Amino acid sequence: MEFGPHLMLALLEGAVTSAVLALTAMGLSLVFGVMRVVNVAHGAFFMLGAVAAWWIAQLVGAHPALGFAAALLAAPLLVGAGAMLADRLILARVGYDPERTIVATIGLMYVIEQTVLMGFGPDARPVAPPFDARIALPWVERTAEGLALYWPWGLSITAYKLFVIAAAAAILAGLWALMTRTGAGLVMRATQQDRDMARAFGVPVSRVFARVFGLGAALAAMGAVLVVPIQQAHYLMGGDPLLLSFIVVIIGGLGSLPGTVVAALLIGMTDGIVSVFLSPTLAKIVATLAVALVLVFRPQGLMGRARA
Amino acid sequence: MAAVTLLETRGLSKSFGGVTACDGIDLALPAGETLALIGPNGSGKSTFTAMIAGRIRPDRGRVLLRGRDVTALPAHARIAMGMAYTFQITSVFADLPVRENVALALRRTVRGEGRVQLRTEQTLGRVGLLARADQPAGDLSYGHQRVLEIAMGLAQNPALFILDEPTQGLSEPEVAEFVALMDDLPAATAVLLVEHNMDVVMRLAGRIAVLDAGGLIAVGPPDRIRADPAVQAAYLGTADA
Amino acid sequence: MIDARRSLLLHGGIVACLALLAATLPAYHAGNLTRILVLAVYAMGYNLLFGYTGLLSLGHALFFAAGMYGFGLSAALGGLSAGAALLAGVAAAALVAGLTGALALRTRDVAFMIVTLMFAQAGYLTILYLGTWTRGDEGFVLPAAARRLAGFDLRGDGARLVAALTLFSACFLATAALTGSRLGRTLIAIRENEERARMLGYDTARLKLVAVVLSGTLSGLAGAAYAMLFGYVGASFATVQYSILPLLWVLLGGAGTTVGPLVGVALMFYLIDWSSRVTDAYMLVAGAALIGLTLFAPQGVAGLIRRKAAPWLP
Repeated sequence: MEFGPHLMLALLEGAVTSAVLALTAMGLSLVFGVMRVVNVAHGAFFMLGAVAAWWIAQLVGAHPALGFAAALLAAPLLVGAGAMLADRLILARVGYDPERTIVATIGLMYVIEQTVLMGFGPDARPVAPPFDARIALPWVERTAEGLALYWPWGLSITAYKLFVIAAAAAILAGLWALMTRTGAGLVMRATQQDRDMARAFGVPVSRVFARVFGLGAALAAMGAVLVVPIQQAHYLMGGDPLLLSFIVVIIGGLGSLPGTVVAALLIGMTDGIVSVFLSPTLAKIVATLAVALVLVFRPQGLMGRARA
Repeated sequence: MAAVTLLETRGLSKSFGGVTACDGIDLALPAGETLALIGPNGSGKSTFTAMIAGRIRPDRGRVLLRGRDVTALPAHARIAMGMAYTFQITSVFADLPVRENVALALRRTVRGEGRVQLRTEQTLGRVGLLARADQPAGDLSYGHQRVLEIAMGLAQNPALFILDEPTQGLSEPEVAEFVALMDDLPAATAVLLVEHNMDVVMRLAGRIAVLDAGGLIAVGPPDRIRADPAVQAAYLGTADA
Repeated sequence: MIDARRSLLLHGGIVACLALLAATLPAYHAGNLTRILVLAVYAMGYNLLFGYTGLLSLGHALFFAAGMYGFGLSAALGGLSAGAALLAGVAAAALVAGLTGALALRTRDVAFMIVTLMFAQAGYLTILYLGTWTRGDEGFVLPAAARRLAGFDLRGDGARLVAALTLFSACFLATAALTGSRLGRTLIAIRENEERARMLGYDTARLKLVAVVLSGTLSGLAGAAYAMLFGYVGASFATVQYSILPLLWVLLGGAGTTVGPLVGVALMFYLIDWSSRVTDAYMLVAGAALIGLTLFAPQGVAGLIRRKAAPWLP
């Protein structure tokens, strides 16, 4: 393949990565933005979403599309409910102290992973995509009669991957509407701005926290359901999404929804493109160090807007 | 005592997000003098003292200690040159024993743990906290915590003692004890006292400096400051009302 | 000064008890004790920073691995003797701790945790990337020459246990002395109220860096000793899990106590040993312990003893 078509393929793969990453990172960002805690178990919630998707698809058993649709609806609800329970049982009890929350969510991560290992086993399991079509992609070439479209061999993408991009965009649009157009969103934003003030104005802060924590986990689970037909469910699959979400959230400025999307696009695209041209390990080393240095030299990147 | 200039500020300025907290303040403090810094809330007193102590970096201007420019020095280095600083909001090592709080203030300069403990007990005896030496500092009453903080300052035997609103929240007898402690300071110790309680100011200060809206509007002996019409307009008038 | 004598008695007594245990335990438990003692050195290194200075690092595997690979690579590829390689490992850890510490200490709290995590992750990935020499995940076995120190062959169980006990005792007594010293008390002051310590004239930025380097060096010494005693170097020791474990041990045993690290490692070691016989998912115990400790016993075992029975416990 020539460079141009190759790059286009890399860009499309990057867009798929970005879409899933944007959903997952948005969950982490939302939780940090509103609750000011870092949820290390976020990757475990992602994995839980994928495993739940596999389980639901097995239960439904009918046409893959039906099983997938059921999973896309039910898995985030299940994971979100589980996260709300964890919030009540653990986070609320340590008073959302930043350091103790990190330690407790590290523990939660192990508990979730190891419980899944016991119930689900150590094997990776696939979920069938809801549809199987493959779409050939055109490219332009210069011919005697000027520019013309042609279909280079090997330049194609599955219809499902395009669906992932569209679905993620739709979910993010929905989240945006929730945050900016509804009462629930207003309450969340008010809590994010100043939790004591919000409490003084009668916002039930602890209930808001539980819901935000649930919503954050549900977003990770949605990302996982979308990715699981491409990338099998496995009990340790949460590690990379956790790390990448951290990176996105730190680069994008925590709590900022548009910043998170832009950073997810940036990281997803560079991840896709860089790993085509560079060793993936080296790419990860560079990305990890870059994030550490962003935090060291631009600490406001982590804290988003300075607190009043 | 010869009037050796211990501390001097030249054109010290700081603004936060467009709001001027301190605007070109020139002030000199000779060794052994007690200078009270007064002014309405938000007039820049705490910012000014924090810039002297090195907790806040000035936008412009310089701080000189014993004639040496210390503007670029970090706080701990200035403290090591003979400053002591007490916080506006009480700041002690709450989970450590009272004894260890004072010992920490001493240990930087006093060698030998035996001598540190001896000096600690002397200092605690002087401020009347010896009986509580082994309690955690956080268990002390608010007034006693303020006293402890002053004891930590005294223990350092500073050339310049900066006190940011030391009597805030103290009862009448506690204020009297504080004044007595200040009277007891070695004659060579210079004191920069940010204070709202005018009785304390009149009792202790050799000179008074008045800040208003970040600017220095008057410096002089208490009697002259009391009579200054600009000061009355800016501060005393409202305080008496 | 009665506390000082009590402390000497306590630490000397513990070392004597361990020596007695080492001489009498059956082979299986003696082997466990060897591992526990070396890992307790790692935990003591971690405790110096977390328990005494109040800095929560999530990246100490970087220092453990720096010591381990500094030892292993210089012995296996550089052909250094065990003693020289041990020094190389410790020096590597000190260097890495100095560099990453200087950068990470520009941040605080949650950002410090994430930066240390990221540095350790980059270190782990670097080990994988340099697979030509490190053999990546698979790791490498050390040659016999690297396991012979001062005439003792450390491949034998007895010599290994004696070496581990010697190392542990030296580090244990050294940290006990450190915590009672001027430096130790100043680090505690930084943990309790950094701004107040700074305004008493302590150069807290420099002291925190000293704490990171001491802590990293001790962790690296443990890593190098682990490689020397057990003869294997592998990337799994550089993973996040090996950054979490010392936190878990210290939390369990009691952060900011001299005996906490040993207690925490021993308890967790036997807890995992026992549960891995029941299930593959033995890390479940570690996870549950982390949650339980945060919720119910943030002071750990030794912290509870100090609060309830022995307030003098160092």
